[in-house]
Amino acid sequence: MPEGTDWSEAETRAIVARHEDREGPLLPILHDVQHAFGCVPEKAVPIIADALNLSRAEVHGVVTFYHDFHREPAGRHTLKVCRAEACQAMGCERLVETAEARLGVACGETSADRRVTLETVYCLGLCATAPAAMLDQRVVGRLDADKLDALLKEAFE
Amino acid sequence: MTFKLFVPRDAAAIACGADGVGEACASEAKRHGLEATIVRNGSRGMLWLEPLLEIEEAGVRYAFGPCDAKTAAEIIAQLAQGTSVSQISHALALGPTEQIPFFEKQTRLTFARCGLTDPVSLEAYRAHGGYQGLAKALAIEPAEIVEEVTKSGLRGRGGAGFPTGTKWKTVHDCDGDQKYIVCNADEGDSGTFADRMLMEGDPFCLIEGMTIAGLAVGATRGYIYLRSEYPHAAVALDEAIAAAKAGGYLGRNICGSTYDFELEVRIGAGAYVCGEETSLLESLEGKRGLVRAKPPLPAHEGLFGKPTVVNNVLSLGAVPFILAEGAQAYADYGMGRSRGTMPIQLAGNIKHGGLFETAFGITLGELVNDIGGGTATGRPLKAVQVGGPLGAYFPQEYFDTPFDYEAFAARDGLIGHAGIVVFDDTADMARQARFAFHFCAAESCGKCTPCRIGAVRGRETLDKVIAGDKVDANLELVEDLCNTMKFGSLCALGGFTPYPVMSALTHFPEDFGRKRTLPVAAE
Ligand SMILES: Cc1cc2nc3c(=O)[nH]c(=O)nc-3n(C[C@H](O)[C@H](O)[C@H](O)COP(=O)(O)O)c2cc1C
Ligand code: SF4
Ligand code: FES
Repeated sequence: MPEGTDWSEAETRAIVARHEDREGPLLPILHDVQHAFGCVPEKAVPIIADALNLSRAEVHGVVTFYHDFHREPAGRHTLKVCRAEACQAMGCERLVETAEARLGVACGETSADRRVTLETVYCLGLCATAPAAMLDQRVVGRLDADKLDALLKEAFE
Repeated sequence: MTFKLFVPRDAAAIACGADGVGEACASEAKRHGLEATIVRNGSRGMLWLEPLLEIEEAGVRYAFGPCDAKTAAEIIAQLAQGTSVSQISHALALGPTEQIPFFEKQTRLTFARCGLTDPVSLEAYRAHGGYQGLAKALAIEPAEIVEEVTKSGLRGRGGAGFPTGTKWKTVHDCDGDQKYIVCNADEGDSGTFADRMLMEGDPFCLIEGMTIAGLAVGATRGYIYLRSEYPHAAVALDEAIAAAKAGGYLGRNICGSTYDFELEVRIGAGAYVCGEETSLLESLEGKRGLVRAKPPLPAHEGLFGKPTVVNNVLSLGAVPFILAEGAQAYADYGMGRSRGTMPIQLAGNIKHGGLFETAFGITLGELVNDIGGGTATGRPLKAVQVGGPLGAYFPQEYFDTPFDYEAFAARDGLIGHAGIVVFDDTADMARQARFAFHFCAAESCGKCTPCRIGAVRGRETLDKVIAGDKVDANLELVEDLCNTMKFGSLCALGGFTPYPVMSALTHFPEDFGRKRTLPVAAE
């Protein structure tokens, strides 16, 4: 996830224009808005709502329903650690504890310097090479204390 | 001579370092002045061996794994010295890939091509029997396609096991100017990755299956609803769709016929419940993923209110084989009402984890112990969860259960999307039961009270049990809650959460601080 860049009305409108003729354009729009600004900013909501003939409350409802969409920008890097059953069976909870201690935050929070957001994810489809994690778009399997250490170091660079 | 090397582009292989292995192969070959082509193939499914490097010699592929950049360089160095591939001596040398027992014992119908070739090469797909099913479909009437799928006995691989042919027939028989084929690629169940592997390793197979479905029911538009956790699958699908379009297999007048079929990938947004078909349709329409009450069935009023086939990746992926080889060839495999093969996924704490496609009827014990090799940690096995987060936990006493929809149901379990997650003796089943409630609470769409409130109450109550607080009374409360959820929930998220909870409690009462009253296998 990119760092939160300044919101731009023109860019929001351009994103909306790119998708508005598609069937069911709202999710693709929200994905692109979040990609551009690191979150779905409050100010983007009325513009999207107007263009799609929806109420603000409807767009709002969609943004808050899905785990992927954030109201505030996440940290510069996002580390998602899988905590579903196959990863539990391979000891992911201990790794989560380590990551939380190292970052000084709980899952779902961003480190004080805003460099790293730690997130829980339920299954990355890497369940035969568990435990699994994802640093930004990069997948990591057979996660252990050393690999976690390397990931955190990289995220702090 | 040019050497042909294979290094998977599958996400699990990449997660274990396949990109580094691919780069090492390229740079080492160059350094030694070896001519080599490196194919980034799909995975062969032996995931404990990833990254798996294969080198072809005289039409046979030899496997080495699990490799890293260093071991790959060592293997290339031997090639450079003129050692023939079959003679390379290395601790990671595994012999011919297809003679590895895990591979040899499979019946690969849906995954026949996965791992063989560059997954996004249309040419390679066609060279390995691809698009023969579509050719067959174009030569017969739509109703005959539906009949063929019905006769194959194919049941939905997404979890519910509903006969695919029946669903297609309903949509076929509907009037409508616009109908849709929607592929459910939300694969949210822990312990499952077969959809991902097929989409990354043989995406044309899914595309062909969807195109045939479109012909069969008269749908001209298809969507693949792909979970956002699968970026590698998104890339492979987009590349394959572009190639299919360019080759005349998608778009207007496919293969010179009068049929049109447009296909598009849509990315989900991290909601497990959007794997439920009506929630998925709401999401595709750009709404919150609230589950719809049925009826109407999606087959009658689905996407944008139009008749819609919603099928899992593996259901659609089985279709090209069924059309190409005939319904009977598929139905010949299996047991009882479970016909054909199932791509089973072995995951969690298991020595040989991966994808194992086989006919229905194999027992759970064969899968976990003989094929899977027991636990990865080497500790005693305690339980397996089959069918994802809504599936039951089975003890070893149930290892004689054959892999079959009805046999699992008879033991209060389900095969779901055929993921098997193995736990060793360090697992605490009370904590696993608590997690089931926690997961349900986190992922509930919120539409019905038993699920929304029940899951939270269940988690709180199990916290008390785990703390040793009024264990018997609280466990009775948990049982009551499970009953309420089972019978009062609109969809299987709330309705099936009792499976993992109650199976954990029934088979492992001592983990809850309760005495065992019955021998485990008693029913
Ligand atoms: C909570 C929940 C999650 C589901 N997740 C999936 C999923 O990820 N993939 C899938 O194919 N089916 C999933 N299903 C089942 C679908 O509702 C539906 O039965 C399926 O897509 C039909 O396709 P099939 O007949 O080919 O299996 C889920 C069901 C529920 C209740
Ligand atoms: S059971 Fe849960 S997820 Fe399913 S419809 Fe009800 S509230 Fe939504
Ligand atoms: S359970 Fe962790 S990747 Fe599937």
